[in-house]
Amino acid sequence: MSLWNTVKVALRALMRNPSRALLTTLGIVIGIAAVITMMEIGNGSSTSIRRSIEKMGANSVLVLPGWMRPGGVSQGAGTAVSLTPADAEAIGRECPSVAHYSPIVRAGSIQVIFGNNNWVPSQMYGVSPDYMKIRNWELEEGRFFSEREVERNARVCLVGSTIVRELFGGRSPLDCEMRIRNSTFKVIGVLKTKGANMMGMDEDDVVLAPWTAVRMRVTGRRSGSATSTSRTAASTPGELFSGSGVALYPEQDSSLTKDKLLVPRFTYIDQILFSAVSPDKVSDAVREVTRLLRERHRLKASQEDDFRIRNSADFMKMLNNTSTVMTNLLLVVALISLVVGGVGIMNIMLVSVTERTREIGLRMAVGARSRDILKQFLIESIVLCLVGGFTGIILGHGAALLVESQLNWPIESSPGAVVSAVIVSAAVGVIFGFYPAWKASKLDPIEALRYE
Amino acid sequence: MPLIELRNITKTYFLGEMDVPVLKGITLDIDKGDYVALMGASGSGKSTLMNILGCLDRQTAGDYFFEGEELGRASGDRRAVVRNRKIGFVFQSFNLLPRTSALENVIMPLSYTAGDLSAKECRKRGLAALEKVGLADRVGHYPSQLSGGQQQRVAIARALINHPPVLFADEPTGNLDSHTSEEVMAMFGSLNAQGITVILVTHSLEIAAFARRVVRISDGEIKEDYLNGKEGGK
Repeated sequence: MSLWNTVKVALRALMRNPSRALLTTLGIVIGIAAVITMMEIGNGSSTSIRRSIEKMGANSVLVLPGWMRPGGVSQGAGTAVSLTPADAEAIGRECPSVAHYSPIVRAGSIQVIFGNNNWVPSQMYGVSPDYMKIRNWELEEGRFFSEREVERNARVCLVGSTIVRELFGGRSPLDCEMRIRNSTFKVIGVLKTKGANMMGMDEDDVVLAPWTAVRMRVTGRRSGSATSTSRTAASTPGELFSGSGVALYPEQDSSLTKDKLLVPRFTYIDQILFSAVSPDKVSDAVREVTRLLRERHRLKASQEDDFRIRNSADFMKMLNNTSTVMTNLLLVVALISLVVGGVGIMNIMLVSVTERTREIGLRMAVGARSRDILKQFLIESIVLCLVGGFTGIILGHGAALLVESQLNWPIESSPGAVVSAVIVSAAVGVIFGFYPAWKASKLDPIEALRYE
Repeated sequence: MPLIELRNITKTYFLGEMDVPVLKGITLDIDKGDYVALMGASGSGKSTLMNILGCLDRQTAGDYFFEGEELGRASGDRRAVVRNRKIGFVFQSFNLLPRTSALENVIMPLSYTAGDLSAKECRKRGLAALEKVGLADRVGHYPSQLSGGQQQRVAIARALINHPPVLFADEPTGNLDSHTSEEVMAMFGSLNAQGITVILVTHSLEIAAFARRVVRISDGEIKEDYLNGKEGGK
């Protein structure tokens, strides 16, 4: 008997008792619907997590200085001064897996003043133009500063939407001059609203300016404040890396020194942010940067890194793991309900075999082989499960849509889940239909025909 | 060569400690085109003999040749093929599939016939078979909508769907009144006239009287074997 014919016979047999078929398959319907709903919600949430991390800059990596340990007392991460602008440039130049880089100079809680308003932004960063590309940040209006402006430590800045609201009362701040410490900075752009980040920090409460300007005019922590530039002269690498004897970094050539008069003063930067060319190149990039920086800092093999690398991929992996664990747990629950549904199928198939004993006897008498009978009942239970599976897929998708519209949870339809639902329901049909079908095929035709 | 040759067939049921011999050495030849009634009281072993002849049961000892082929020891699949192609069965209780149309019932055995026929071909053959038993106007009826006689005729049409050389009927009139019984018996007569070998099992002398040859079985042994009417006699 051809497969299609068998399926037709099975469908006809099921249609002889449609309400029972429906109730039998209800367990499968519920199980599959649960799987589909779980998968769509789980996928939706992990996609939204991934998106928000991508918004943060998915493949961005932060290089921090190491820690100082004067007299064995650790001062904590970032206390050492080991990163230079030249390090940043070298990363951009020599590491093939690095797409963009930006030196970062952090200014702590510093008051900004506009008119008679004042505000302390939670973050004030001195960066280079590539920063925007690394962080996937876009402009609401205005423009970003250029390399040229970085070179001449121009007093320009970009502000986030929180600053616009708090300091400028919601009006466009373009071309306004706001005061930071003793300098005035012209607002040349407004950043697009980003919202809170993963930790709940307001990402829009930010001021971005050329790192040279921030280093020179705002922070004075390591290389001297803008007003006392004389101190920077003391902070040459040679002094800090005492004992090395040789000049740590090549001297700037004289023409360069002439062009960028102030550059030697900003020898140290707080952080370097860079992005890999693609998310799967992040670890390559980290390896290249580590090697480069160790080489540049002349570290011996026995010495620890004097810098640290923090990588958002790990963070993302952790978050993804959490949602994967949740999804898997729910899947296990859904699978258990599928097994329960399968037991229901087996039960009814056994009843059906008993009920149709005479039919089985008759079919054998007119020439059905054992395996024909086995096939018929097996196909019947598979068809039953597949009907339940498809109904479950539709119901599950509907439930996911309902969750999306009512609870505003993100969902994402998952073709993989649909395919596996179909396979699983067919498998349930085979596994739980086999015993009843085998029992039917082993009936003695004479006994079966005589069965009342 | 006879169509069916039975050589010293015995059948014993082993019920625990006790052996119950049901057939005690049956030797019988049935020629092609014959019309034989296996007659006997209930418990005589006639139904067991019929089941062995119909490849539903296997003998304990002895040989069963059908068209020269030993079937008692053939594989289950081979016997299934024989049941499908060479043998038609008619049962006392009709055994039609409920909630299935007369036509679907008739063409059901075709789904087990190797070398699948197209659905159209199946339908054509089913209609022809139904026409042969005079039920061309009841094609779409369910068994529950048919009278006993009509149901038995559907069963006969089903038995004939693969044009088997032999038709077995187990008490075919057991559930029918005397009028429809005669109709059904007349049908067996006309099928026999068309060359089909008919073997029926009955306990009734009247029904056996329709056959050409009567084999009376009692206690698992052939007691009488005679030809009916003018041709023979006791």
